[in-house]
Amino acid sequence: MNATSQTIALSSTLPLDGGGELAGVEVSYETYGVLNAERSNAILLCHALTGDQYVASPHPITGKPGWWERMVGPGKPINTERFHVICANVIGSCMGSTGPASVAPDGQPYGMRFPVITIRDMVRAHVGLLDALGIERLHAVVGGSMGGMQALSLAANWPDRAERVLVIASTSRHSAQNIAFHELGRQAIMADPRWAGGDYYGGEAPDNGLAVARMAAHITYLSEEALTEKFGRNLQDRDTKSFGFDADFQVESYLRYQGSGFTRRFDANSYLYITRAMDYFDLAEEHGGRLADAFAGTSARFCLVSFDSDWLYPTSESRHVVHALNAAGGAVSFVELSAPHGHDSFLLEVPALDRVIGGFLG
Amino acid sequence: MSLRPDLAVIAAHVERGSRVLDIGCGDGALMLALREKACDVRGIEIDGDCVERCVSQGLSVVQGDADRDLADYPDKGFDYAVLSQTLQIAERPDRMLDELLRVGTRAFVSFPNFAHWRTRAALMFGGRMPVTRSIPVTWYETQNIHHVTIKDFRELARQKAARIERDWYFAGERSIPRIGANGRAEFAVFELTR
Repeated sequence: MNATSQTIALSSTLPLDGGGELAGVEVSYETYGVLNAERSNAILLCHALTGDQYVASPHPITGKPGWWERMVGPGKPINTERFHVICANVIGSCMGSTGPASVAPDGQPYGMRFPVITIRDMVRAHVGLLDALGIERLHAVVGGSMGGMQALSLAANWPDRAERVLVIASTSRHSAQNIAFHELGRQAIMADPRWAGGDYYGGEAPDNGLAVARMAAHITYLSEEALTEKFGRNLQDRDTKSFGFDADFQVESYLRYQGSGFTRRFDANSYLYITRAMDYFDLAEEHGGRLADAFAGTSARFCLVSFDSDWLYPTSESRHVVHALNAAGGAVSFVELSAPHGHDSFLLEVPALDRVIGGFLG
Repeated sequence: MSLRPDLAVIAAHVERGSRVLDIGCGDGALMLALREKACDVRGIEIDGDCVERCVSQGLSVVQGDADRDLADYPDKGFDYAVLSQTLQIAERPDRMLDELLRVGTRAFVSFPNFAHWRTRAALMFGGRMPVTRSIPVTWYETQNIHHVTIKDFRELARQKAARIERDWYFAGERSIPRIGANGRAEFAVFELTR
């Protein structure tokens, strides 16, 4: 489908939760569907950790279809015949929005001089984009996984900006286990000699480290059932074990393929910064320690969806948010859907999710 | 689609524009009717398929267990708390009644009456646990863990200092008078305050 990829420079410097500020921030975004005259039919779609703005258009590097092509388009649950869908690359990422690979004011890439950012900082940049686009109030903000964190953050910190908040397979805080897996990925990157303290631009990138990080993360996106179903103990292109360390098993081969494919399209430093932002995310902490206070007085309608096979952000995390919204008197829907794929279910074929999203967006 | 008689009574007597919590909202039939009356309606439902159907219709329904999740709701957050055909499956109906009157200024409760003459007859003459129009499932399959009669419920309300504001009784689709209802009614609906 046709998409218009654009980049705007935010008109003011971006204050950051870490204390500093970021000047000259650029935000790259894609839009689908037409904004109506009242500017009231916009949906902000927030992408996940390694996602990007190419939600329903081919990826410029890999050429693969958009990551939520099955959900976004004419006649689809997020119907672009009715809604104007905006998806912006988060700051800290590497697909056009300002991140560690961007050029700093001194003409050199930021590298590790890029400030540590938070989920709220990402959303602050999104709000800057909405201001520039003249969109006062969104029909909805929608996101899965880290996108759901952004949706919650927008609802809590800019409560007038969205009428509906749809949060899929997400959480209001990173657990010790979540942080642990991310730290594993970061250490893999930093242990790669090519990482060179983050100063590798113009030379060889730490692809080995980044691939390992991706492999570890990929395991967390799938359920054990899905891995067993897909690979079992099947061997890859051979009849017997090699008694060596080649990828004997199909699951090994698959993970290696996922890891190396990922390095073609993603920047290792971005991976460090974005995982850090996710680890720092704790919506209750931002609001005096009580999650219900984050949503005090909200007039938005919320919908949370979890998947029974998701062990990365399990149903209990969604329920935690739902309980807080109930306590705050918020209008909230919640459903745990049954799907075999694990955390990645939100990206895959789950017809019940289509119905819930379509119904909730109205 | 016509509403079940107990739901029709509740829908008719909830004031326009009220805030309503429907506990055990099922497929959302009452919620849809109340939305027509400009009510702000929320639901709790344990069955995921029902919740999905409700949310698909734009209703605000949370998948959860009323026995546990009601505790999260603030005091008097609603004008009405509704418990239709759910009292008899609650873990502790007495505590559920307290919760209803805590979260809602008023409460509607409907339930099948175990003292209906057909139920009594089945037990007395058949010597078997009754399977009737209002209690349609065998004893080993039923979710009903606390069978209750109209007299029992009146007594519970008295113990809980809940005032019965209004009451309605049904044999099938037909409304019947209060007199003799404990033997003649298949269903009862009570409106309570405290």
